[in-house]
Amino acid sequence: MQFESFAAFINMGGYGFYVWLSFGVTFVAMGIIAIQSFIKHRHLLKQVVVEQERKARIKKARKQQQAST
Amino acid sequence: MWKWLHPYAKTERAYQLCLTLQPWFWAGALLCLSIGTVWGLAFAPQDYQQGDSFRIIYIHVPSAILSMGTYVAMAIAALVGMVWQWRTAYMSMIAMAPIGAVMTFIALFTGAAWGKPMWGAWWVWDARLTSELILLFLYMGVIALYGAFEDKQQAGKAAGVMALVGVVNIPIIHYSVEWWNTLHQGATISKFDNPSIAPEMLWPLLINLLGFALFIGAVTTVRLRNEIVLREMHRPWVQTLAKEQLANTQQRRAANQNMTEGN
Amino acid sequence: MSLYHGIFKRDMQIAFKQKAELVQPLMFLLMVVTLFPLGVSPSPDTLQRIGPGVIWIAAILSSLMAMERLFRDDFQDGSLEQYILSGMALPAVSAVKVAAHWLVSFVPLLLLSPLLAVFLNLTVDMYIALVLTLLLGTPLLSLIGAIAVGLTVGLQKGGVLLALLLIPVFIPLLIFATSAVDSAALQLPYHAQLAIIAAMLLLATALAPFAIAYSLKVSQN
Repeated sequence: MQFESFAAFINMGGYGFYVWLSFGVTFVAMGIIAIQSFIKHRHLLKQVVVEQERKARIKKARKQQQAST
Repeated sequence: MWKWLHPYAKTERAYQLCLTLQPWFWAGALLCLSIGTVWGLAFAPQDYQQGDSFRIIYIHVPSAILSMGTYVAMAIAALVGMVWQWRTAYMSMIAMAPIGAVMTFIALFTGAAWGKPMWGAWWVWDARLTSELILLFLYMGVIALYGAFEDKQQAGKAAGVMALVGVVNIPIIHYSVEWWNTLHQGATISKFDNPSIAPEMLWPLLINLLGFALFIGAVTTVRLRNEIVLREMHRPWVQTLAKEQLANTQQRRAANQNMTEGN
Repeated sequence: MSLYHGIFKRDMQIAFKQKAELVQPLMFLLMVVTLFPLGVSPSPDTLQRIGPGVIWIAAILSSLMAMERLFRDDFQDGSLEQYILSGMALPAVSAVKVAAHWLVSFVPLLLLSPLLAVFLNLTVDMYIALVLTLLLGTPLLSLIGAIAVGLTVGLQKGGVLLALLLIPVFIPLLIFATSAVDSAALQLPYHAQLAIIAAMLLLATALAPFAIAYSLKVSQN
């Protein structure tokens, strides 16, 4: 351990603001891109299912129409 | 020699490959990033000139190197797509673009936060910072061009051409330090035989570099799967897969709710 | 050979029939240059210092406006499809078209450059360097620009996107060109910068026609 106390670790020899700002922004940015990718994945899967159900409904409606005429 | 690669040109096989690789990438990335960051922040010795502010190097240098590396990887993917007519190559190219842009942003931001205490200004028009900014513009151009086309097949090809044109800029970025002699210090770890950095400082840097690389790989696998699902929406295998996965997550959610209610 | 000559002649004739499209980018260039003394400072020293950069930036911006014309009409009236189907070498066709475009849009710029030099108080040495960089650099603008024009020609709103794609690619050229003129201002040799621009031009001449042909095929789908 390079630092004598936890306070010294946070202070980073006076450069604490810059160091923690950099690390914070970096990991937040990485987290955002990762989470966004996963959310998009779920969204796409849902879209696939919805589209499929819609097609099935259209098919059913057509069949009913044909049967009635 | 490259025959074993060809099955992965099929989207289904590529999707499966991503699924298998993904957990390893995530686990490796998490492990390397936590070890490298903690080591770099708490245990690496202080720099005698820059004090503790030099610890930004542990994210600045990996993101800067990999922002260029990702662009080169994109260009290679585009070239593969052109030569062998692989659709998956274009898809992986566009899957990498946003994460490469994020890496470039991180390199720029940490560079600015490092420059403020060292040079006294958030932004200096120094060669490397400037070329990193140009790299960000190039990424944005590729993403914007891809987004402008309705037909995603055509979009992939067009964005591929632009990625290849932009890759000409990469050597300019790399040699800019020699070309325009400026404030920025010289490269730190490219000289492996005679490194200008102490080994106990270098190790965490290399571990973090690997961690960033694995993280890029992990996000790319997720985004490549997204891209495949988006383009193959009407194929039966995607439809069964979507149903299965959604059903799985719903089951898991229901199980979780039962547990909390039981408690 | 006569086929390509025919394309060249046709392009030149069309360009001179649409005089407004030829003159407008030049007027734009002149006006952008006029803005700088008004906006920054009219003092001769300042103008001399920023002059080379201003002229080059204005040249790049106006070239972006002129660039769109390169394949747009051919795409819209279907002659581009005819070129692709005709069996002529598409890279050669695109090289000929780029050459014609350069002649009609950048040679007038070169003719206008003495006026710009007077406006921005450039010395004779600087002016010579400026003309040399323009001679080597503007064909490069045309060649690289044509790749992006080929890609965006099929899009409804390609104009702003074209600028977004091209400006970052043109930055190295801007840096070397202005640095050459700056060296000339200090009576220093500027062969190195010219050599680098010439190298980029040679590379672009060798590769760009193929890239243009490919991107036109992509646009034509």
